[in-house]
Amino acid sequence: MYYVQMEHIYKHFGGFCASNDVCFGVEQGKLAALLGPSGSGKTTILRMLAGLDTPNSGDIFIDGTRVNDIDACDRGVGFVFQNYALFRYMTVFDNIAFGLRVQKRPRAEIRERVEELLRLIGLEGLGRRYPNQLSGGQRQRVAFARALAPRPHLLLLDEPFAAIDAKLRKELRSWLREMILRVGVTSIFVTHDQEEAIEVADQIIVTNHGRIERSGTALELYRDPQTRFVAQFLGQSEALDDVRVLRGYEQYSGQALLRPENVRVSGGPDGAPEAASQPATVMRCDFRGGIYELTLALDGTPVTLTTARSGGLPPLEPGAHVGVRVRELFLCQGDRVVPVQAAG
Amino acid sequence: MEPKKVVNNKARVIPGFGLSLGVVLTMLSVLVLIPLMSVLGYAFRMTPQEFWQLITRPNVIGAFGTSLLCSLIAAAVNSVFGLLLAWVLVRYDFPGKRLMDGLIELPFALPTAVAGITLSKMYSTKGVLGAALARLGIRVSYTRLGLVVALVFVGIPFVVRAIQPVLEGLDRKYEEAAHMLGAGRARTFFRVVLPELMPALWTGFGLALARGLGEYGSVVYISGNSEKNGTQVVSYVIMQKLNAGNMDYESATAIALVLLAVSFLLLLFVNILQVRAARRTRERGA
Repeated sequence: MYYVQMEHIYKHFGGFCASNDVCFGVEQGKLAALLGPSGSGKTTILRMLAGLDTPNSGDIFIDGTRVNDIDACDRGVGFVFQNYALFRYMTVFDNIAFGLRVQKRPRAEIRERVEELLRLIGLEGLGRRYPNQLSGGQRQRVAFARALAPRPHLLLLDEPFAAIDAKLRKELRSWLREMILRVGVTSIFVTHDQEEAIEVADQIIVTNHGRIERSGTALELYRDPQTRFVAQFLGQSEALDDVRVLRGYEQYSGQALLRPENVRVSGGPDGAPEAASQPATVMRCDFRGGIYELTLALDGTPVTLTTARSGGLPPLEPGAHVGVRVRELFLCQGDRVVPVQAAG
Repeated sequence: MEPKKVVNNKARVIPGFGLSLGVVLTMLSVLVLIPLMSVLGYAFRMTPQEFWQLITRPNVIGAFGTSLLCSLIAAAVNSVFGLLLAWVLVRYDFPGKRLMDGLIELPFALPTAVAGITLSKMYSTKGVLGAALARLGIRVSYTRLGLVVALVFVGIPFVVRAIQPVLEGLDRKYEEAAHMLGAGRARTFFRVVLPELMPALWTGFGLALARGLGEYGSVVYISGNSEKNGTQVVSYVIMQKLNAGNMDYESATAIALVLLAVSFLLLLFVNILQVRAARRTRERGA
């Protein structure tokens, strides 16, 4: 039984279809990512869960209750906005206390809860500051605490790292994951960054053109993407027009997607090529810091492949002859993809 | 980290600090400072005793009271009404919105005397609105209420135009955030939206107040200018001194000087309120 569930949700904005038969579920206590390119409808899904937008049809369930007709403020949902939307004219303390004061909790209880949250987010003693006196990362923490203060059952975060510079982002990602796990609240966040989704989320829900492409753990999605879109969106992949040029895939036909990490290079200066490999020539070998990006041409074909080579090894000279073996790839059948391993 | 701002003179649109400041100072002198100084000059031809005697006359004090009270009330009414008008114009779409938006400036374009005559006819006991109100026992024309009505009319654009851009730039996420935290409409408006609008609201209030203090054309027709009913405004008293029969420049400028000082203090106070309200919007550091 899912804790949060969407069933056949449709949402139109004028002629634009933002949600097209959206179905997915998230289990209690999990941290899920809605991942997709911009305009794929992920923020719309989040806003409908929150109650800030209403679907044209379909059902939304939170904790077994259909919440379609329940007002946003009665759903027990916390929301962290993309630019935090902290109230500029209130101190950090008042921002965090806002949701508690609305509930008319006793003063002492409010003070205690706010102090507790300030300790949790590591901003003790900054309660009297105003949002414009905080750094971007601190503001995000305050927005997080403000959303958590009334103890929501579900926390929704819209692009929580978008407004933070790249260096801090990585640090905040692990911080946020740790916080959410510690609090134990079921959470869903929106991102367009696959690395972020893989690193932070237990479950990834991939959106594309208003549809859910696929939902699962990062590893499941990576190993068996099922759709061409997911295969290309998650991780790196390269398209190949005719799979039959590769040794071990002669019995198949059509297009294929292959990941650079599944292309194995042997031979050259490193010794003899592997038994099942096919001959190829090095076109380029560019140092990328830690790894080389290797471009190879399959001998006797116009096909080039790219892969990585450990930066600890000496570079390969262009023109060097090596052996190549693709251990696994995704065969394309229309929009679907099937993982296949090399024969032999 | 953002890169440090590089001051580049060539990137400025208006050239030369010296030249532009010179033009500004010249224009300020010709248009503002010299006329104001001549007010001082005329006023100081009186002896301090004469000056004091003049401005403590009951009709002068009464006129100051009327002017201040009515402009303050009108500016306050304008703040509420102007905020509502700006809200409707920014937040809703309705047929005729553009037309309504364009009509806001009409009180500026209309000669104030035309406005004054129209309002006084409309609100007189024989006028369309005045007759209806008279049946309820409310008289508007030739009372202080009429004065306030005229000042509301001329002052409304200031408040609307001060608030409109701020409201347009106000991210709705603030309201959504408050709503998600369970706040009702009233709390969201007074605790979240209003603080954002306060600086602009004070600006509009100050402008409407300043306009009201010096207003002449629109009020002289509707007020009745009766000392007995307390409907004489300062600008009317000044004009009285300049009636063709007995040109009394000294008295007129002396009263004007006091009006100037009072206006200055009031506007300074409003400005301080405005700056205090805007304190939190400024970004950290500089």
